[in-house]
This record gives sequence, C-alpha cells and structure tokens, in this order.
Amino acid sequence: MQHYGCRQPLNSKEEENPPTCMERSPTQLCCRLARDVTGISKMPAVSKGDGMRGLAVFISDIRNCKSKEAEVKRINKELANIRSKFKGDKALDGYSKKKYVCKLLFIFLLGHDIDFGHMEAVNLLSSNKYTEKQIGYLFISVLVNSNSDLISLINNGIKNDLASRNPTFMNLALHCIANVGSREMAEAFASQIPSILVAGDTMDSVKQSAALCLLRLNRTSPDLVPMGEWTARVVHLLNDQHLGVVTAAASLITTLAQKSPEDFKTSISLAVARLSRIVTSASIDLQDYTYYFVAAPWLSVKLLRLLQCYPPPEDAALRSRLTECLETILNKAQEPPKSKKVQHSNAKNAVLFEAIALIIHHDSEPTLLVRACNQLGQFLQHRETNLRYLALESMCTLASSEFSHEAVKTHIDTVINALKTERDVSVRQRAVDLLYAMCDRSNAKQIVAEMLSYLENADYSIREEMVLKVAILAEKYAVDYTWYVDTILNLIRIAGDYVSEEVWYRVIQIVINQDDVQGYAAKTVFEALQAPACHENLVKVGGYILGEFGNLIAGDSRSSPLVQFNLLHSKFHLCSVPTRALLLSAYIKFINLFPEVKATIQDVLRSDSQLRNADVELQQRAIEYLRLSCIASTDILATVLEEMPPFPERESSILAKLKKKKGPGNLPDIDDTRWNVNGSAEHSEDTESTNKVTPHHPFTDLLNLNSTPSAGASLLVDVLSDISTPAPITVSEDNFSRFVCKNNGVIYEDQLLQIGLKAEYRQNLGRIYVFYGNKTSTQFLSFSSSVTSSDTLKTHILSTAVDPTVDGGAQLQQVVNIECLSDFTDAPVLDIQFRYGGTLQKIAVKLPVMLNKFFQPTEMTSQDFFQRWKQLGVPQQEVQTIFKAQHPMDTDVTNAKILGFGVALLIGVDPNPANFVGAGVIHTKNTQVGCLLRLEPNTQAQMYRLTLRTSRESVSQRLCDLLSDQF
Amino acid sequence: MIKAILIFNNHGKPRLSKFYEHYNEDTEQQIIRETFHLVSKRDENVCNFLEGGMLIGGSDYKLIYRHYATLYFVFCVDSSESELGILDLIQVFVETLDKCFENVCELDLIFHVDKVHNILAEMVMGGMVLETNMNEIITQVDAQNKMEKSEVTSVLA
Repeated sequence: MQHYGCRQPLNSKEEENPPTCMERSPTQLCCRLARDVTGISKMPAVSKGDGMRGLAVFISDIRNCKSKEAEVKRINKELANIRSKFKGDKALDGYSKKKYVCKLLFIFLLGHDIDFGHMEAVNLLSSNKYTEKQIGYLFISVLVNSNSDLISLINNGIKNDLASRNPTFMNLALHCIANVGSREMAEAFASQIPSILVAGDTMDSVKQSAALCLLRLNRTSPDLVPMGEWTARVVHLLNDQHLGVVTAAASLITTLAQKSPEDFKTSISLAVARLSRIVTSASIDLQDYTYYFVAAPWLSVKLLRLLQCYPPPEDAALRSRLTECLETILNKAQEPPKSKKVQHSNAKNAVLFEAIALIIHHDSEPTLLVRACNQLGQFLQHRETNLRYLALESMCTLASSEFSHEAVKTHIDTVINALKTERDVSVRQRAVDLLYAMCDRSNAKQIVAEMLSYLENADYSIREEMVLKVAILAEKYAVDYTWYVDTILNLIRIAGDYVSEEVWYRVIQIVINQDDVQGYAAKTVFEALQAPACHENLVKVGGYILGEFGNLIAGDSRSSPLVQFNLLHSKFHLCSVPTRALLLSAYIKFINLFPEVKATIQDVLRSDSQLRNADVELQQRAIEYLRLSCIASTDILATVLEEMPPFPERESSILAKLKKKKGPGNLPDIDDTRWNVNGSAEHSEDTESTNKVTPHHPFTDLLNLNSTPSAGASLLVDVLSDISTPAPITVSEDNFSRFVCKNNGVIYEDQLLQIGLKAEYRQNLGRIYVFYGNKTSTQFLSFSSSVTSSDTLKTHILSTAVDPTVDGGAQLQQVVNIECLSDFTDAPVLDIQFRYGGTLQKIAVKLPVMLNKFFQPTEMTSQDFFQRWKQLGVPQQEVQTIFKAQHPMDTDVTNAKILGFGVALLIGVDPNPANFVGAGVIHTKNTQVGCLLRLEPNTQAQMYRLTLRTSRESVSQRLCDLLSDQF
Repeated sequence: MIKAILIFNNHGKPRLSKFYEHYNEDTEQQIIRETFHLVSKRDENVCNFLEGGMLIGGSDYKLIYRHYATLYFVFCVDSSESELGILDLIQVFVETLDKCFENVCELDLIFHVDKVHNILAEMVMGGMVLETNMNEIITQVDAQNKMEKSEVTSVLA
C-alpha cells in the first residue's frame, strides 16, 4: 500500500507532522497540504468547472487500485481505449482530445511509456482555442524529445503562433522552443527571436519569454545565434521599466557575456547603476518585486552574477559606486532582521552571498575581502544549517585569494569542529573541501591528521575523494618524506578500498625519486605488512618497495631477505592477479638483491601453481623469470633488474584524478572556471590513460607513459634474445661522494665483486690500497686492472703484477700511488676486467681522489683568520652556496666531517658558536693554495650556508661543490 | 541553469516532473527514484542542499529541496544558480500554487497536473527563472483560467 500515502488518516498525520512543518515553513501552507491531502473530500475539486470528469474518474480508479498489477491492468485498459478513440473513424472534438492527452500525461508521470498520441498533440497546436493549444504544447514539452521526427510539424505550429501577435500564443510558442531547444527549432527561429525581443511594441511578458528562449538556443546551438545589431539593444533592456524583463535580460546577457565579454562590456555600467538603485534607495520603482522586505532579491543576484563576468570596473566613479553597493549589502547583514520569517533572511542572504562571490571574484579590495571573510566566519557558527553550508562553500574560494588566505586560516578550528560535529553529510563535505583549500605548509600536518581521523568514520560517498585529497596534501606539503610515507600507509590502512591506483603509483614514484626516504619506506612497509590482514594495496606498495629497496633493511636479522620474502609470499595467495604479477616481479628483483634466497624463490617459481597457472600473464612471468634467473649471469641480472631510475617530474596523477572527479568548478585553485558551466569536459581528458592498467609492465605503468617501453622491459628482451651481448659499461660513482670526508670504505659492490679502499695522503702525494674481493665461489680469470687520470694527476699502479686469477671467496690487494701536480676536478678511473663463468666482466669505478685530499690543516687565531678572510675578499675568490640539510643537523657529526674534509677546525673563532670555520692549505706539486671556509647552519629552516675563500677561483668552486654535498 | 524540477510525495510517488534537458523516459524515472532516495533519507533540520546523484550529473549539480508535509519539491541546478535564491523560488512556487488552488494539497497536484505545469511555466522556462513576482504569475494564470472558462462555457452552450 506504500504509494497511497496521501490517503493516510488525517489524525495520525497531523500528530506526526506539525512541529516539523512549522519549523521548515513558517507559512501555514504545509499544514494545509497535510490536512487536505488526506481528504478524499477534496475530490469534488474536479467539478470546479473544467468538467473533465472522465479524467477524474480514471485517476480515482488508479488510486483505488489495490496492487501494482491492478494498476497496470487499469492503465493498459485506458491506453487501449484512448488508442481506439484516436484511431477511430469519428473525429474527436478538442475537448476530448484534451481529456485524453491529460490522461496520457498522467500515465507518463507514473512511469509508463507513451508511444502514441504525439500526432494528436501536434494537431492541437493548430486549434484556435487556448485550452487545446495549451494542452498540445504541454504534451510536446513533456513528451517530445529534440530528436523527434515530428519537429517540422511542431515548428509549423510554432511559426503560426509566433506570427499571431497574440501574446498568450506567442508565449506558448516561445516556451515550447525553450523547453525542447532542438537544433531544428534553432535553425527555424534563431534569427526571428532577437527581433521579437527588442521590438518596441512587444509585450513585457513576451520579452521575458523571448530573452530566455534566446538564451536557451544560445546554449544548445550557439552557432545559430549570431551577434548582431540587436546585442546593443539587449544590453539596454537592463534599463527596462519592468523588473521581470530586466531579470530575464540579465540572465541572457550573463550567458552571452561569458562567451564574448567585449560585445557586452557596456552592460557593466548599466548593471551597477541598476544594482545601486535597488540596494541603496528605498524601494520606489520595485513594483511588486519586494520579497519579504527585501528589494528585488533575484534581480540583485542576477546583476551580481553578471558583474562576475568582468574584472572590477576601470572607471573610478563606477568602481566606487559598486564598492558602495557591496558595502551597503555587507552593512545590511548586520542590521536587525525586518521579519522573523526564514524567507526574509534567505532572500537577504542570497544577495549577500552573491555580493561576497563578486568580492572574491574581483579579489582586489583587501578591506572588502576581509569583511567578507569575517561575515562568512559569523555564518560558520550560525544556527541555520544552510548558512553554515554556504559559508563553508564560499570560504573555499576565498582561501585562494592572497589577501584573505591568512584570514580564512584563522577559522581552522571551527572548520575542523564542523567536520566532527555536523550532522549533515553535505555540510561535512564542504568542511573537507575548505580544509583542503586552506591547507598550506604551516597547517598541513594538523589538517592531514584531522582528515585521516575523520576518514575512519567518513560517509562512504565521500571517502574516495577524501583519500585523494589527503594524498595530495601529504605530497604537496611534505617537509620530510617519512611523514609522507607514514601518511599514505595510514591512508591505505584506514581506507584501502578507496585508495585508487593513482595514489599508490604516486607513493612509489616519490620513494623512487627521494633516495633519503627509501630505507625508511622499506622498513615501514615491512612493518605494516606484519599485520595479519592487510589491504591488497598495501601488498602492492610493499611488494614494489621491498623489491627495489629490501636490501636497505636486510642487515637486520628480523628483516633478513628470507623473512622479507616469506612475508610477501604469505600474502600472495590472497591477492588478485595483477597484484600477484607484481609480486612475481618483486621476487625476481629479490633474486638479484639477495643471491642467498635465489634457490627458495626459484622453487616457488617452479611450482605448478605458477608454471601452470591458468592465468596466462602469471604463467608467462613465472616461466620467464625462472629462466632468467637460471641462465643469466649475475651481472646481466644486475643490469636487467637494476633499481628503477627516477621518474620524470610531472603533474601528480592524483591531482588529475581529483580534478576529474570534482569537475572544474569545485577545485579552489581553478577559479576562473566557475562560470564555465558548460565546459566540464575539458579537464577530464588527460587522465584516461592512467586508469588503464596493463598488467604486463606494472613498473612501466608508474611512468604513465604507455607509449614508451620501459628500460627494464627492453633490457629484458635484449637479454633473452642475445645473451652474450655485454651491457654497456658506465663508470660507477655511486659511493664516490661518501669518500669526500673519509678515506676508507667500500667503493663498489655488485653480485660478484666488492672493491674496498684504504687511502693515505701527505702533502701532494697519496697512496691507495685497493682490495678486490671475489664474492662468488668461482674463480675470476684473466683479472686485470688499470687506472686512467687527467694530466694534472699522476697515477701509478705499483703492484701491476697482480695474479690474473682470483679464487672464489679470496681477496686481492693492489696499491695505487698518486701525485697531484696542480688543482684538478676529474677523478681517476679504475678499470677492471675479468672472466666469470665464461663471460667477460668489465667494471669501471671512479676512484675517490679529490682535491681536498691534499689538504694540510692550518691552525690559526681568530685575529689571523679574519685578517686572511679579508685579504681573500675579491669576489672571484669567494664561492658561496645555500643548501638544504640532507641529514639531521648534528654538531658532532658536522665537526667530524669538516675534520675529515682535511682542514683544521677552528674553535672559538666565529663570534656565533653555532657556526663552523676551518682553514687549510692544498698542496700540489706546482703550488700551494690557502683556503678558509665557514659553514653556517640554520636549524629552524634546516638549511646551511657554506662560504669558501681561496686564492684561486677554481679551487674555491671545486671545494665548495665537494663539501656542500656532505651535510 | 535548472536541469530538472521534481515533486514527489513521502513515498517517492512522482507528482510532477519537468526536465529541461532531454533524457529518455527510463532515465527520467531512474533520476526521480535516485533523487527521492537521496533526499528522503535526510533528517529534518539538515541543510536544504546536497550534491546531485550520479544520473543527474554528480557533484557538478546540486539538489535544492524543500519538504512540505507530504511533498518534496526538488530543483536540480548547476553552479550558476544561487542556492538561497532557488530555495525562495520554491517557496514562491508553493505559495502561488496555494493561491491558485485555494489551499493546495497533494490531490490538487494529482488531478490538475496540467495546471501545475502551466503555473510552473510562468516561473521557469527552458531551465531559467522567468518570473519571481507572485502577483505577476497569478495575473497570468488568472487570465488563462478566464480564457479557459469562456471556452468551456462556449462549448457547453
């Protein structure tokens, strides 16, 4: 019985409803609605005089049906009846036609298809009787779509009515054009309507209809509505006596001005004048357009909208007149209300919000902006939910103005509170939008934390969008990337289902590109994966990151390679095919990173569940990876499975996705699209490609470059097609910079070979002990090495007669002597060749011989230091750089590094004890270069300023480059 | 621009639907159902605005509604309309209906769907607000009623 709601007994209805009714509508209306609705006694309404008893009976029948089946049966009976009447021989009179068309409309409203009656409706258009004509038009505007083949017949009727000079008929015709709005109608009438609109003798009501009709045609077929001499006259309708005409004209001009602002520029002054008359003067010329004590609210809103198509007026007088209007509107908001009715405050605030929108649009008057912001701040705490909603929405746009961004930020606590306490999801969503818009570096951590905690209980409808927003804010305002990684992993934990591909792609891109966060990321995902139930998205991130950087945490026995592998593999069977594919790729990367788990992983790959997997992608990967791990030599594996190169910087794919999701009007940073109502498509094209996941190259997908094959993929192809082609040699300098401040350590390491160094320097001479360690169990054959260097550096390998074989697990030592002739930049390169397992291995390593190795420290007093500092005051002698700290700013560590750099650390020299100063002399064969340095840390900004002064420009520069890398 | 105007009762029975953009009949019915679903589950005293359902165009569109006794009046609009302005327009619409039907009730909307359409046509045309002055609207409607009456009388005569 559900849908017979209006027959509920009177009493129960009234007991339930009145209190809420009264709150929602101060008029008595709703109570009447409630009362009358129950009264079948209202039935006699039918006999009021229009006499369509048949219609009333039919409707009553339907309403008395006890079931849906009965209703359908009754309707089908009626449809058959009408159809036979229409097809019958007897010509129907207008009255009957009207009756039947009304029945059809009723049936249509109930959701039943109407596939006939159109022709009869069209025939009614040519009736001379208003009632018949009107019902014909009604049928057409409700039931005829713009593609109907009846359009030409309808057009004929419209044409006659437009020419009739009968305003009622003309209005009916104009309504029909506006409501159907088809292209054929535009073709037929677009040229005619402007002249109706601007003709002197057109009735006001027809002018109104003509204006809106033209507006509709301009929307649907802009090319058919050419500008012409009528445009100037349309603008002058803003001066019309009749406010209804002005309102309609303002709508039309706003739309036209958005498309061609230049043509309608004259409307600015007219609109300001009109607005000023309404706002500032007592309501003299407003006819009946005062609504609940507010003068012409709709027209004011339209005019304010129109002005938002343009920048602030250039003419000073006009501008101050407009400012005066806006101030008056803001002032009125503070006045006591003239009526307690909600309609009064609604109308007043409608104008106020539009005025604020214009102030924000102009974004040029700081005082107005701040007043607007304060006003909205008041509304944020208003007891009317509607006002809180609108205030949050307006503040979003205000937040993007440089004048008011700070003012908006002061409301952060209110907004966070709204997020937590508002009962209405619409309002909470606006609060989320505003938090997003007001976020900057100063409050990002707070806002992201609040959003994350809200996300745990957020409405399902807004979760995905919130996830995107949190991800974007976390990235955009990440000061340290560990926070970013934590935030995203939290995001996956809290709302994993709503984390789209883009979000986890992005975290990987960032971890790959930021090498200082890789170890932390590996540790964190490893820990997160410990949870017994973790989201598949976490498995994806975990698989990818451990596959790349698992080695960074493998030193800890709790996260040894085997533990890592077992952890990942424990999730494997619960995952979908794409994730499994990704995990397989992580496994092959493990084989490269950790030779010790090779056998375990090969066993997994070899199992039937992989090699004979029903999914062809998984099967192929398992086979290829297994084969690769068996036949490729370790260094080919190392090349193929090298760490991913950094991703090129581009717009965040997440941001693109959010833009697509929100549509153009709703992102605060895109403020000029607010008026571009029809342009919603233009922002959404670029993200399609990112949504396609091609499972074969999960790693390449991260690049978003579907057209470019990844380096990894093509290398893989190469290796499988021609196993003997050695990879091109690149000079390894990975660890080079680690040796700037120290002399001992491992300079190179791969699957086969480890090269350790130990160096000592005295004046312009140095000696490096090179240790070659064979990490495999197989002998290296034909082992040889050589050093090449530039002219300024003389290098000489002493123990050239190295044994040409290095046994498995054995170590070989070599000594290289170095003499520095003059200052230099290029370091010598150590080339090594040997045969391993039948293939020739070539390795080139940059030897860490830098200019600062030839420093002799010089102790000196404060006085001496500053005297020499001044002596080296020529601009070319000084090199200065300011850089961000890459490591924690620890004084002891910095001291040690400066000492390691080779200079003397002068304590108590700099008046600021936080600064570091050092002095030394570089010894080369030809000359000696004195050198002073000063390092000033700024712990607050996490920045350093480094200044070097030497007598030689090239030396200053080189030393500066070397040292600035170290902190 | 107003994309659609829907009136349905507390049980989701449509009493008036007017679309200013073309959809096929099935979609129109689905939009009515979706809108009813979105609007009816909201408490009293929450705000009168919410984002449109997926069928009507999602978050680019807003639903602005009022609930009078047994009926929901819902306007689906894009961002070029003032929310409070539309809210007032709904009020004008209902007050006008009340005057024209002398104590309007749901049954009036059922039995006189053509008249409701005519009144609406005086206020909204092609998705744009045509007239907001109630006296003006009622004058037009009265004139039509007169014409109608004179025609009916002539038929009966």
